[in-house]
Amino acid sequence: MTEPLLTATPLGDVLELRPGGSWTAANGTTLEALTGGVAAQLDRATTVKLDMAGVGELDTIGAWLLEKISRRAIAAGHHAEVVGLADNYAGLIEELHQVNRHNPAPLPALNPVVAKLNDIGQAAVGSREDVLAFLQMLGSLFLAVVGVLRRPRSLRLTSLVYQLYRVGFQAIPIMVLITFLIGAIIAQQGFFHFRKFGADSYVVDMVGILVLRELGVLIVAIMVAGRSGSAYTAELGSMKMREEIDALSTMGLDPVEVLILPRIIALICALPILTFIGSMAALYGGGLVAQLYGDMTPAIYVARLHDAVSVTSFKVGIIKAPFMALAIGVVACSEGLRVKGSAESLGKQTTTSVVKSIFLVIVLDGLFAVFFASIGM
Amino acid sequence: MTEQASTPQFAIRVKDLVVGFGRQIVIDHLSLDVRRGEILGLVGASGGGKTVLMRTIIGLIPRQSGEIEVMGNLIGGSQERSTQSAAGRWGILFQQGALFSSLTVRQNVQFPLRENLNLSQALMDEIAITKLEMVGLAPEDADKFPAELSGGMTKRVALARALALDPAIVFLDEPTSGLDPIAAGEFDALIKTLQQTLGLTVFMVTHDLASMYTECDRVAALAEGKIVAIGPMHELLQSEHPWVRAYFHGKRSQMLQPQAS
Repeated sequence: MTEPLLTATPLGDVLELRPGGSWTAANGTTLEALTGGVAAQLDRATTVKLDMAGVGELDTIGAWLLEKISRRAIAAGHHAEVVGLADNYAGLIEELHQVNRHNPAPLPALNPVVAKLNDIGQAAVGSREDVLAFLQMLGSLFLAVVGVLRRPRSLRLTSLVYQLYRVGFQAIPIMVLITFLIGAIIAQQGFFHFRKFGADSYVVDMVGILVLRELGVLIVAIMVAGRSGSAYTAELGSMKMREEIDALSTMGLDPVEVLILPRIIALICALPILTFIGSMAALYGGGLVAQLYGDMTPAIYVARLHDAVSVTSFKVGIIKAPFMALAIGVVACSEGLRVKGSAESLGKQTTTSVVKSIFLVIVLDGLFAVFFASIGM
Repeated sequence: MTEQASTPQFAIRVKDLVVGFGRQIVIDHLSLDVRRGEILGLVGASGGGKTVLMRTIIGLIPRQSGEIEVMGNLIGGSQERSTQSAAGRWGILFQQGALFSSLTVRQNVQFPLRENLNLSQALMDEIAITKLEMVGLAPEDADKFPAELSGGMTKRVALARALALDPAIVFLDEPTSGLDPIAAGEFDALIKTLQQTLGLTVFMVTHDLASMYTECDRVAALAEGKIVAIGPMHELLQSEHPWVRAYFHGKRSQMLQPQAS
């Protein structure tokens, strides 16, 4: 039979406590319950005597619980004494006697309503900072471009080509697949619904105009924001965390010129190309559905397409691409530079970057729609 | 190696350990015993396998052959479970602290308690503050995040976390690197105090000659994948091994010796 962990013997005004066995973390839960259980007896007695002779093992948790007993007694104006303490544990008890003496006042808990209002207010103020960060990045990018124009050799050509390969060439397969499917789905839906009115042939007009003017560039830009924008934010963010960006600045190099400019130029070059390839894939998808589902031969599809769309539709789509690329790149890079020390902040900034750039892409698309409508394109 | 057969009290026993990556052998038939309650310093060339040896003992790197026994239990190999259960018996201070960056200092120290024991939040808070004060931090620091701490504070918090469950063995990977001499001296004194109050066994990878003089009971020198010399500092200084001589009698070491001896 194992010895009891704690024996309490009340002798009149004296409470004798006899801890025994192993007062260690392994028994932590039991010990906490036991010391809580003697609290009532503790308050009645005027003297508490801790007889430690039976303690086999003691660690910080056990020692702290015993220390708490004597502190409680002393705080109530009673007397506490510790006897029979083994030499090897004296240091530990002495150490614990010193600690936890003053507790900083806990922060006053805010009223939940006030806290919520506070959050909203902070977010409103924060959005101003977001705009400023965006403008600042745009400004430093402009300065870097001026610098490159004055000294063309300072453009990082290797980095630019490598980034172009990553965000452009490597993105082609997934962009083609997605836009192909989107084109096919639009055509299928068009045939299904237009058939009721006998307006089958107008499906080609819809697919052509929708894909070239709006959907091609929008889908590709959203995909690029998710694929490459997030990568930019994560890369720059972890460089910031590991002080690589500070190292660049101390060597007299401008991080915007070295890291950010090649990335954004690559994005601006890649997005129109991807938009073009994507739009072609979508038109091909539409044509395939027209043949398989709409009983329209490829020759008729191409002829209808020729009538339906003009170079203007294509121009409207492709002009938007570089601007969307700029927005994605600037948001991704400025969010990357706002990463603080923790892994959590890296994740947060990456999410923010993708959400913001997709939002901006859609806002830009809306502004362009208004603009093109007013100039009659 | 002066070893008394009458004391079976070894915290760590390593026998014929071989560790390598691909074709490169880093640890070559190494044997090492760490006595219970001592502070053992491990020195070796940079890239010579000190950290690899430490990480192999704690089971982070697989070994090719050999036996590792921690507090009488075999580690790793077919008995993966014993590695798990040993986790409560050792604490590790990683070189960069390895604090969880999304948790506050208090939550970092409480983390092993929360995962392994079933204590009330109030008690865990008290234990966390106790540990933080034991390693010389103020309770006010408890609500900071790791990113807000200085290098020395990070090491102290990491030590508090390593000690959270009162382990029998603490592994320290270059505890004083990157600290100024005053902070390093304080940290050494702190480890010595904790070793005495808590009865810890400390396995310490270090390059800090001052720590070895003041703190370590024994120092082991790792060269060419083997322990080439082990013993108290004054014995190591007498060692004839060329690498050990170069290490302790090089220019930098000579500068320190007059004050230390």
